[in-house]
Amino acid sequence: MQGSLMAKRVLIADDEPNIVMSLEFLMEQAGFEVKVAASGQEALDLAASFRPDLVLLDVMFPVKSGYEVCQRLKSDPATRAIKVVMLSAKGRDVEVAKGLELGADAYVVKPFSTRELVAKVRDMLGA
Amino acid sequence: MTRPRISAATVLAPAAAALALVGAAAGALWADLEPAERTAAAALLTPPRVGLLVLFALVLAGVLALLVHRLLARTIGAAERIAEAARLIARANPTHRVRIDGAPALQAVAGAINDLADERSRLLADVEVAVAEAKVQVEAERKRLAALVSELEQSVLVCNRDGRILLYNAAARALLGGAAGSGEADLLGLGRSVFGIIDRNLILHAVETMGHQAARNERESAHFVTATRDGRRLRVNAAPVLGADNEPTSRRELAGYVLLLSDVTEHVDADAKGVTLFQGLVEAARAALANIRAAVENLIEHPGMDAGQRARFTAVIRDEAVGLSDRLHRVTAEVTEALKTRWPLEEMRGEDLLTLACGRIERRTSLMTKLESVDPALWLRVDSFSLAQGLSYVARRLRDEFGVREVRFRLVPADAHAQLDVLWRGAPLAPETAFAWQSDPFTVGGEDSPLSLAQVIERHGGEAWYQRDLPAQTAYFRLLLPVAAGRAAVRPRGALPSRPEFYDFDLFRRSPATDALDERPLADLAYTVFDTETTGLNPAEGDEIIAIGAVRIVNGRLLQGETFESLVDPQRSLPEASIAVHGITPEMLRGQPTVEEVLPRFQRFVEETVLVGHNAAFDMRFLQLKEAQTGVRFDQPVLDTLLLSAVVHPAQSSHSLEEIAVRLGVDVVGRHTALGDARVTAEVFLRLIPLLAEHEIRTLGDARATSERTYYARLTY
Repeated sequence: MQGSLMAKRVLIADDEPNIVMSLEFLMEQAGFEVKVAASGQEALDLAASFRPDLVLLDVMFPVKSGYEVCQRLKSDPATRAIKVVMLSAKGRDVEVAKGLELGADAYVVKPFSTRELVAKVRDMLGA
Repeated sequence: MTRPRISAATVLAPAAAALALVGAAAGALWADLEPAERTAAAALLTPPRVGLLVLFALVLAGVLALLVHRLLARTIGAAERIAEAARLIARANPTHRVRIDGAPALQAVAGAINDLADERSRLLADVEVAVAEAKVQVEAERKRLAALVSELEQSVLVCNRDGRILLYNAAARALLGGAAGSGEADLLGLGRSVFGIIDRNLILHAVETMGHQAARNERESAHFVTATRDGRRLRVNAAPVLGADNEPTSRRELAGYVLLLSDVTEHVDADAKGVTLFQGLVEAARAALANIRAAVENLIEHPGMDAGQRARFTAVIRDEAVGLSDRLHRVTAEVTEALKTRWPLEEMRGEDLLTLACGRIERRTSLMTKLESVDPALWLRVDSFSLAQGLSYVARRLRDEFGVREVRFRLVPADAHAQLDVLWRGAPLAPETAFAWQSDPFTVGGEDSPLSLAQVIERHGGEAWYQRDLPAQTAYFRLLLPVAAGRAAVRPRGALPSRPEFYDFDLFRRSPATDALDERPLADLAYTVFDTETTGLNPAEGDEIIAIGAVRIVNGRLLQGETFESLVDPQRSLPEASIAVHGITPEMLRGQPTVEEVLPRFQRFVEETVLVGHNAAFDMRFLQLKEAQTGVRFDQPVLDTLLLSAVVHPAQSSHSLEEIAVRLGVDVVGRHTALGDARVTAEVFLRLIPLLAEHEIRTLGDARATSERTYYARLTY
């Protein structure tokens, strides 16, 4: 697959193991280096230490919501360059607008096509 | 009648003229005499004779003056009498007539004036009749309107420009009255401010909106949703009441407004709940589907994955599918419940529904109908029209297709439902016919509706089926229908007596802001007439209030429907002797509110009224002694029927409530409860008002000043 140079890094931030399992599998198959965060805070921590190129970010964390994580990432110069793809079951247009306003690079409403998601991530990372 | 005054000049002038004439005649005679004759005359006119002559001339002048005076006095006096009588007719007594006498010319004038007065009397009488007729008509129209409004299901309030309530109906009282004793009931009343119930700003905003609409010649109405003190939500529709209609709409002054209120709490809650349910379901479904889809796609795209990985993905799919199914199940149950509350089903006595249906069947099909074993206590939640239509439709098909001549109804409770049977004797139906009847729209057989019996039953969340009772040789359709929960929702009739009290259109003319209270006529004021029962006579020595009762008088009417009555826990023992007076026992007071709770409610009840009591000073002392403890001050004007009675009947020795009541012809009922005494006091007060007017005591200020004098007069005695 995409073994050349240094593999791009993808952080999966979601607290639902059932989707994390699929996303992790998908991203690894696509040749990315993957780490998983199960809470908003963990996502922020890993954004600093793991330094991903892209975050697949769930909106509905119980404590620190995906909106807040996204806003933090985009307001910190050290993490601003990280692409954010919000994944959410909240699909009303006001919610999509809010995600994009808060700095998300893409907003994907669940359920989604895995193939299209991989294509989108690849495209955004220029990989 | 004063004698006409005739000035000295008027009388002396003719006298002087007569003298001058005599003088002139004498002068002319003298000039005409020959010298010899002059000498002889001069000899004749020696002093005594000259004096006699002069005297004669003077007497002649005096008689002349007297004659002139008599003549003048007659004519002028008669004219002045006529003028006076005419003024009397014009200003004071239209039936008076001028006496006809004197000179013919004057008699003619008097006659003409009397003719004019007759004509005027006739006109006045005509006008009076017309005014009386118009009044009767207006009153009849008002009563009709009030009766109409009071029967409306919708809550109606009519307010004048200042927000005073001048009409409300029973539905409004039921909606805004609150639970008995909660104190909310005190806020709704004739002459009270609507701002006590609905936020002033919302109403002012609505009024302003209507003003703009009027200016643009649009149809005026405004609506808003507001919350009551007990947390319910009301939808309010406001429409203007305009003043005199001789101006174009845009220029007419706003005289008041009509508010239509409906309780939308249930709807709002149901809406909110529905939206929450729907969104929750959508989001849960999306998440679950996302998980399933991702797992499935991974399985398909990567057929070479190891067995462990494959097992984990299939487990995900199973878990998510099961979770989603459960969720759907739960949501469906909740949505069905929510839909039930949304359907416009009315609560109705089952018997009434059947009576309605029977009437329809007899009219439309000339079938005979009969009710057998109908539970009269059973209330249903039904769409009565569709249901009656459905029953009539079944009856018609029975007649048309099976020659049935009579249908009977049975209605009994069955578990959580009501069981309504339509029975008939004779030919049984084939099961498929029964099914067809249930699913055919009512357009078959002369009924006109696209609905079918099955759909109507479904609307009710009920069921229907056909069954035979072989031993009894009958067949029937059985309908299971929802029963109404909590019959307390039924509006009790008769709780509010004498319908006309719901309105007082005279309040349209009221503008309390501009009138100082003391200047207002007694007959126009709003009063709270109250009475208390106490543990004893000495508040300073620890006696306490144990009951307060009060009624309201607005524009001279005692409002039977707006009363205040509360027992008060005195938090002390009750002297045995006092129980004999008021009949209130310690058991009755246990668990009653304390004075701290009751007085603030009472204060709201008496707001913006003049207090009236019999020997009010006694009750006021009890209230005043509680000021520090409760923080409630009663600083409105107070009138005392005892003092007022002393003003009207100073010669009477007793001014006890009983004696005054008997004297004034007031029926004494229910005395020695606080409310009963307050009622009697109010009746007494209403009868005192016209008697006070006879003593020139017309305004609140007059009454207060007189009372004070009486009071002090009695004190100094």
